[in-house]
Amino acid sequence: MTNPKIPDAPPPGTGDESRVSDTRPKSGFRMLLPTMTPWLAVGLILVVGITVFGVLAPFLVGDPDQIRDQGLSGPSAEFPLGTTQTGQDVLAQLAYATRGSLQIGLIVGVLATILSCFFGIYGAYRGRLVDEAFSLLSNVFLVIPGLPLVIVISGFVPRESRGLWTIAVVLAVTGWAASARVLRAQTLSVRNRDYVAASKVSGERPWRVILVEILPNLLPVIASQFVFAVIAAILGEAGLSFIGLGASNSSTLGTMLFYAQNGFALPLGAWWWFVPPGLMIALFGMGLSIVNFSIDEIINPKLKNMRLHRKRARKAAKLERRLAQHRAVPDPEESGR
Amino acid sequence: MTSVHVTDLVKDYKLRSGLKRTRLRAVDHVSLELVPGRTVALVGESGSGKSTIAKILTRMERPTSGTVDVRLEDGTAVDGAAYRREVQMVFQDPFASLNPFHSIEHHIARPLRIHKRTGTNEETHARVIEMLERVNLSPGEDLAPRRPHELSGGQRQRVAIARALAPGAQVLIADEPVSMLDVSIRLGVLNLLGRLQREDDLAVLYITHDLATARHFSDEIVVLYRGRVVERGPSDAVILDPRHDYTKLLAQAAPDPERPGRLAADAGPVDRDAIDNGRCYDHFAGQWRDAGVPTESKERSA
Repeated sequence: MTNPKIPDAPPPGTGDESRVSDTRPKSGFRMLLPTMTPWLAVGLILVVGITVFGVLAPFLVGDPDQIRDQGLSGPSAEFPLGTTQTGQDVLAQLAYATRGSLQIGLIVGVLATILSCFFGIYGAYRGRLVDEAFSLLSNVFLVIPGLPLVIVISGFVPRESRGLWTIAVVLAVTGWAASARVLRAQTLSVRNRDYVAASKVSGERPWRVILVEILPNLLPVIASQFVFAVIAAILGEAGLSFIGLGASNSSTLGTMLFYAQNGFALPLGAWWWFVPPGLMIALFGMGLSIVNFSIDEIINPKLKNMRLHRKRARKAAKLERRLAQHRAVPDPEESGR
Repeated sequence: MTSVHVTDLVKDYKLRSGLKRTRLRAVDHVSLELVPGRTVALVGESGSGKSTIAKILTRMERPTSGTVDVRLEDGTAVDGAAYRREVQMVFQDPFASLNPFHSIEHHIARPLRIHKRTGTNEETHARVIEMLERVNLSPGEDLAPRRPHELSGGQRQRVAIARALAPGAQVLIADEPVSMLDVSIRLGVLNLLGRLQREDDLAVLYITHDLATARHFSDEIVVLYRGRVVERGPSDAVILDPRHDYTKLLAQAAPDPERPGRLAADAGPVDRDAIDNGRCYDHFAGQWRDAGVPTESKERSA
C-alpha cells in the first residue's frame, strides 16, 4: 500500500548509464503531438510539399516577369506550365506566388494568434471587468462582416502604401475574434482547475500561472486556431488580390488569378494559367484542414476513440470475411480424409 | 512553529437571478484556532462552508468580515509572500490538482524555487527527490520525471502533500484529502499526514465529512452546519457524546460496527429545516452558546 509499484523500475543498486538517461524529465510537448494516421500523413505531405515548393522553387525558376513573344502557349518542354498572354513563365510565376501566399498566411496566422491569445486568454484569466471588456471587443469584431471591412480598409489605403504588411495587419485585425472566443471558453475551464489554484497557493506570479500552467494545456486549441487563421488569411488575401485590392509589391496566388481573369484566360481556354494557382490554394487549404482534424483529436479524445473503434470494427469485419471464405472453401486434405 | 487565529469569519456570496439580488452567507462568524502539533477537524455536509473556509485560509478568497491572523513563534504576523510559505493546502481531487502537462518534479521544484529554498539545479533536484522519499514515494529518481497520469490516485495525493510541504509550510489545510481515494489507501495517506505532522510539528486543519476519520486523525472537532459552528470539542467528546441535533444525525449516519446489518439512520427521515443552527455546544466550556454571532457577544451571553 505504501510502496508504489513501478513496473519498469530497475532493481535498486543498478544505477547504470541507461537508467540515468531514462530519468531525464520528459517534455510534456510529446503528449500534444497527434497520432500518425494516413489522413495526417496526406495532410502533412501536402502542406510540407507546397511549403518546400514555395521556399525553394523561386531559386530554381527564371524571372517570372520576363516578357516573351510566345504568348499564351500551352505546357511544353521549355515551359512546363505554359506561358501567360504576355509570354511570362507560369511555373516561375506560380513559384513566386506560392511563396507570397505562404508568407502572408504565416504573418497573418502569427499576428491573429497573438491577438486572440491576448484577448482570449488574458481576459478570461483576469475575469470581471477586463473579461467583460475583452469579450465585448471580440464580439464586436465577430459581428463585423470581415471581407467587406477588409475591402473598405484596403480601398482606403492608397495603392503605393498598400504593402504586404498592410494587408497582413488588416487581415489579422479582422480575423482574430473567433479564435479569441474559443480560447476564452477553454481558458475559463482551465483556470478553475485545482492545479491552477494550487500554483496560485504556491505563490506563482500571475504571468507564470498563465504562461506555464494554463497556456500549455491550451496548445492544441491554439495550434488548431493558428492553422485556421493561416487558411483564412491565404483565402482572404487571394480574394482581395483577385478584386485588385491586394498588396502592390508582392505577387501571390490571388494576383495570379487576378491577371489570369484580366487576360481572359477562361474564355481563351488557357487552363494552364488559372488552374495551377487555384489548385495550389485548394490543396494547401485541404492539407491544413486535414492536419487540423488530427489536432482536433487531441482536443477532443472522443474523436480518437471513435476512430479507433471504427478501425477495430473494420478489422473484425475483415477477419469475419476471411473466416467465412475459409469455411466456404473446404480444405482439400480434410475432405479427402 | 506557526499558529493561526481565525476570528468571526464571515463570507457572503452575491447571488443574482434576473433582477433579484440576494446574498448567501456561506460562512457565518466562524472562529478557529490552529496551533502547532494539533489537528482540528472541520466536519460538515456539502455546502456547509468547509471549503469556503479553506479558500479564505489559503487566501484564494477574501472574507466579507473577520480576521485570519497567522503568527510565527516569535509573535511576528505573517503576510504577503511569507503567508504563501507558511500556509499550504492539499486539495481534494488528486486527479485535478496536478497539471497534466508537467512532470512530478516540476510540481515540487516550483514551490522550492519560488520560496528560494534551493539554489542550483542539482540542489533543487536533490531536494525534490528528498521530498518524494519523505512522502513514501520511492524511488524518487524514477517518479520525478513522470507525469501525473502515470501515477495512481494515492501516489498523486502524496505528490500533492509533498508540494504543499515543499515551501516549508507550518500550517496545512487538508480539504478532504482522502475522499477521492480508494478505501484501501486512505489509511496510508492519513497515516502519512499524521507522521509528517509529528515530524514537522504542523498545525493541521483537516476538512472532512467523515466522522470516523475525523476521530481517528484529529484532536479537536468543529462541526459546521449551514455556515455556523454548531458543536466543538475534543474528538472523543464530540463523537461519543454529541449534543447538537445535527452532530447526532452525523454520528448516527455512520455505520455502527457493533450492530451489523442495520444503520441507525434507518430510524426515519429527518426534517433538515427543523435543525436549529442558532446554538452551538462547546464541550470545552461545557455549555451552549449562540452560534452565528460575534465572539464578544458570545462571551457576554456565556
